Amino acid sequence: MSEILIEDLNVWFGEYEERVDAVKGASLSVSKGGSFGLVGESGSGKSTILRAIMGLAPTWDGRMEVGGEPLGPKRSRTFYRKVQMVFQDPYASLHPRHSVDQVLSETLSLHGFKDIDTRITKLLDDVGLGPSFRFRYPHQLSGGQRQRVAIARALAPEPEVLLLDEPTSALDVSVQAEILNLLTDLRDEHSLTYLMVSHDLAVVGHICSDIAVMQLGEIVETLTIDDMRAMRTQHSYTKHLLESSLLGAKLA
Amino acid sequence: MSVTKPSSQGLRAWLLADTPTSRRHAKLSVVYQSWLSFKGNHMAMFGLGILLFLVVIAAAAPLLAPQDPFIQDLSERLLPPGSEGYILGSDSLGRDILSRLLYGSRITLYIVTLVAIIAPIAGLFVGTVAGYAGGWADVILMRITDIFLAFPRLVLALAFVAALGAGIENAVLAISLTAWPPYARIARAETLTIRGSDYINAVRLQGAGPLRIITKHIWPLCISSLVVRVTLDMAGIILAAAGLGFLGLGAQPPSPEWGAMISEGRKFILDHWWVATMPGLAIFTVSLAFNLLGDGLRDVLDPKEGKS
Repeated sequence: MSEILIEDLNVWFGEYEERVDAVKGASLSVSKGGSFGLVGESGSGKSTILRAIMGLAPTWDGRMEVGGEPLGPKRSRTFYRKVQMVFQDPYASLHPRHSVDQVLSETLSLHGFKDIDTRITKLLDDVGLGPSFRFRYPHQLSGGQRQRVAIARALAPEPEVLLLDEPTSALDVSVQAEILNLLTDLRDEHSLTYLMVSHDLAVVGHICSDIAVMQLGEIVETLTIDDMRAMRTQHSYTKHLLESSLLGAKLA
Repeated sequence: MSVTKPSSQGLRAWLLADTPTSRRHAKLSVVYQSWLSFKGNHMAMFGLGILLFLVVIAAAAPLLAPQDPFIQDLSERLLPPGSEGYILGSDSLGRDILSRLLYGSRITLYIVTLVAIIAPIAGLFVGTVAGYAGGWADVILMRITDIFLAFPRLVLALAFVAALGAGIENAVLAISLTAWPPYARIARAETLTIRGSDYINAVRLQGAGPLRIITKHIWPLCISSLVVRVTLDMAGIILAAAGLGFLGLGAQPPSPEWGAMISEGRKFILDHWWVATMPGLAIFTVSLAFNLLGDGLRDVLDPKEGKS
């Protein structure tokens, strides 16, 4: 049974002449405990799908289900305990005036946890940050450390599903690998389901078992990671994407 | 690192520690670092010094004043500065100008403090609600703001005082009513840039409601630019209060309000310049101090500059 099910999803911004269709008729399903990657170039609507699931893109139609429950126009607090998201840019996703402690304790208290102190220590430990980071402010942290804090915040309500919006694209290459390893470790520890957006096929290949390729708001092809590695593609755009990615890897 | 008893040398290291050990420690260390960068700005420190001096004078006015500011002595009227017993001279009713200036600092501080509390808070509230809610709430609140902005400040304050009756309390109210719209505009502009940011989305994804987001996440980021604006406006507020006093609509005689003192001295300005000049210099000094302080605070508090 699928943990995330999306059928014929349309998302648009603006009305009438200014209407821009960001996602057109997208369908995908992610099995429980699975990892699904959405790839495509900038502006192809990958992140918009994640935002629509989280309720951050208000104008959509179609069908979305998480854990068998259909999603309406509003998300409940129980939904946010189950599904969490990690944002792309760790420099923009942490409040500049809130310390790590404030970020995590507010999150925990919003979800109604009581043993906040022990949970903060545990969360920081889970994402590989020691207790010495607890009272630091974002400007005292590096990009990788910030992203670890953002991941800790997403893990705080003990979610079952984690949506990852290019979690490594704003980071250095060496730090990228650390964060990716952290994400795979966390998935195994907490039996999480991942839906990940990336334009980097190597990153997706590291984490995901299935991918969907998006172009101009439409999912043009869905394939397994083995198919991707063996270049068994149906659609010309997928082939083009894979080839340019291989070329990029050779050049680098 | 001990939290309990840091020595004076250790205190500095404790405050500058890279890894704070408690919530209080982290807060204090942020405050101390802001203080250090503020201390580096000499003009701002100069402004702060003048204002602290003003507060001390206002608090100790009964001890410092050589004479009672209300006692008239018509035989000693209009004495020039330096006369015996009247260091800054005496006014048309023979009152000591220095004593009146010292007592007048209390009124100035009273007006400035009240306006500085009322106007930015009202503006912050209106601006953040309008910016965050958007839609009709935004349109209605901002058009009200526009209406207030459309009048010249002193004219609107005059109209309010004329309607409410003359007096310091009404002057404060009138100045606040005319001073809040710019703060609402700033707060709204800040809110518009903040509300779409990822860190606000992130708390929204934790199920936080609009009230919590506005008060705990948006206000702290708006306050710094408002504080800067308030200190820079302070000179204008003092001048508006003095202007109302000058026009006879603020503090009423015999109250030693600085603007009212200038107004009284106007009649003698050609023959007895000091009667109007001394309170004018006092207003000038305090306004300048607030402007210098505002400049320094902008350098320290503006989140767009330096570390974010």
